[in-house]
Amino acid sequence: MAARQKSLILVCALVLTACGTSVVTLARANPAGFAPQTSPSQAKRIVSLVPALTEMLFAIGAGPQVIAVSSYDEFPPEVAALPRVGALLDPDVERILALRPDLVLTYGSQGPIEDQLGRAGIRTFSYRHGGLQALLSTMAALGTATGHAAGAGRAARALQAQLDAVRDRVRERPRPKVLLVFGRQPQSLQQIYVSGGAGFLHEMLEVAGGDNIFADVRRESVQPSQETLLARAPDVVLELRAAGSLSAADLARERAVWSTLASLPAVRNGRIHLLQGDHLVVPGPRVGIATEALARALHPEAFK
Amino acid sequence: MTVSQPAAAAIGGGIRPIRARLTATLLVFGGVAAGACLVAPLVGSTSISLSRAFDRSVPFADNVDAQIFFLARLPRVLAGALAGAALASVGVVLQALLRNPLASPYTLGVSAGSALGAMLAISFGASVAFGPLSPVPLASLAGACAAAALVYALATKPGRPMSTSVLLLAGVTLNSFFSALILFVQYMADFTETYRTIRWLMGDLDVGGVTPLLGVLPLIAAGWAMLAPLPSSLNLLSVGTDAAATRGVDVARTQRMAFIGAALTTAGAVALAGPIGFVGIVVPHLVRLMIGVDHRVVLPASALLGAAFLVGCDLISRTILAPVEVPVGIVTAMLGGPFFLWLLVRKA
Repeated sequence: MAARQKSLILVCALVLTACGTSVVTLARANPAGFAPQTSPSQAKRIVSLVPALTEMLFAIGAGPQVIAVSSYDEFPPEVAALPRVGALLDPDVERILALRPDLVLTYGSQGPIEDQLGRAGIRTFSYRHGGLQALLSTMAALGTATGHAAGAGRAARALQAQLDAVRDRVRERPRPKVLLVFGRQPQSLQQIYVSGGAGFLHEMLEVAGGDNIFADVRRESVQPSQETLLARAPDVVLELRAAGSLSAADLARERAVWSTLASLPAVRNGRIHLLQGDHLVVPGPRVGIATEALARALHPEAFK
Repeated sequence: MTVSQPAAAAIGGGIRPIRARLTATLLVFGGVAAGACLVAPLVGSTSISLSRAFDRSVPFADNVDAQIFFLARLPRVLAGALAGAALASVGVVLQALLRNPLASPYTLGVSAGSALGAMLAISFGASVAFGPLSPVPLASLAGACAAAALVYALATKPGRPMSTSVLLLAGVTLNSFFSALILFVQYMADFTETYRTIRWLMGDLDVGGVTPLLGVLPLIAAGWAMLAPLPSSLNLLSVGTDAAATRGVDVARTQRMAFIGAALTTAGAVALAGPIGFVGIVVPHLVRLMIGVDHRVVLPASALLGAAFLVGCDLISRTILAPVEVPVGIVTAMLGGPFFLWLLVRKA
């Protein structure tokens, strides 16, 4: 690594002194090294600004090519050692350029940084969260872009197999009406955010054998009122908590908050489930285990 | 110096005796407010059967209609009425106290302080609750009180009237300062939390039970108790502090009562419903355009109209795109703005 950096600096210095080229052309010079890049599909130095994509890279075998990740990345454990270069709202372009990547994975709303990197001759891979199918095709596209098409194929098949296994296990079970919550104000039932009928959370719920009570609202996120909750009467409340690990007492307290809506079948039958862990809300290769976690909460008897 | 209309009213030069005007006004505005509060719980995103909602033979826990009526709609309507009345009455008092038509409950930095408190609680996942107050309202209340205390300390000197210009400038500056802190907290927070903080700023009346109302009611009641005796003095104060003082108004005391009362009332309203805009600044003007400037009538009328207005806006917010809600703070400004401009142009 150090030797490579030294030789890079040396080459840069040589180029500068020999031809007196401007800094701009230097930035445009092949970032990967010395020989011209053989194929655009061989990204060797990858920066990921999206945690879901980082997880995919590691899952398809491109982990060793990842040189920096976003400030929100926590999985897999290997990312702990990698430099952080900001995230969705605050990407640190200077640091990214200094790391001399040949591929930067960005979120779809990061147009300006894509342009900026494009001017520096760095390829970007733009992505937006979608459903499970989009997740599988993103994985395949990443495989092509990083030279791990075979690994991507394997990871996609493994994920598909996990999802199929969950679907099969709960196939014969009656499907409860589920409220899938992914955020609310602590210790109150205000500002509840739930999954509507679009996006990966909704699809995970479908696979896990639950009927989303907001499936008719074709949005990823819905903020329902208490009235709507009462009227739609979910059999089960599934609450996903991405951040932090609440103690048993805190969990019990957060679960008890729902008891004010006493007529909800979910409350009456004690079917309020709080699931914790970032794997539940990151649309990456771990959606398989996340879907299984949902299914286990919805259909515990199917997993005996 | 000519005696202005409010001063003349205070001296007793009204066209009709104040008692009759007050009664007539309260009847009309009270009717509007009562009407809004009666109609609003009957309408919602779902249709319920009222007879079933009031059917005592069905246990409450089994009666979805009753739960929708008593747990979802009624507390919302009451929260809207309380917050609307609180914000509008504070608007009246502060516009008079600061002698500035642009004054609103949020001019004194109270809303920005409470917003900062709420932002911190949301971003750091605070879990401290107190009685009926859950963590976010509690933090917003703390922020409001801290901001009000700060502005008060800056603008008062012992034994002398407050400087209204210092009060105004301190409030405005503190607002910007807190807003910067809010942006900083939002920027540093995880963006799922950032979205929730932004949503909080849009206001929300879906309180889900009367408990949150009980939490802020003592504050708002205390605030109103301090504001209630002020209208006559405010009539004189709105002419000028010197003029008021020569007519026997204890200026320093009136200002103190007005400020503390306004701060308490606003803090309660914002902790309950978030910083809902527009009600506090425009409802008082609306009332003045309709019934004149005597604060003895304008104050109660504004409170009643504020209640009716916010209840009405919340009704729209929860039904127009059901089951998705439009945050009530968006409705108040989108609906009230054009209406106010129309009234302004027509009267001008």
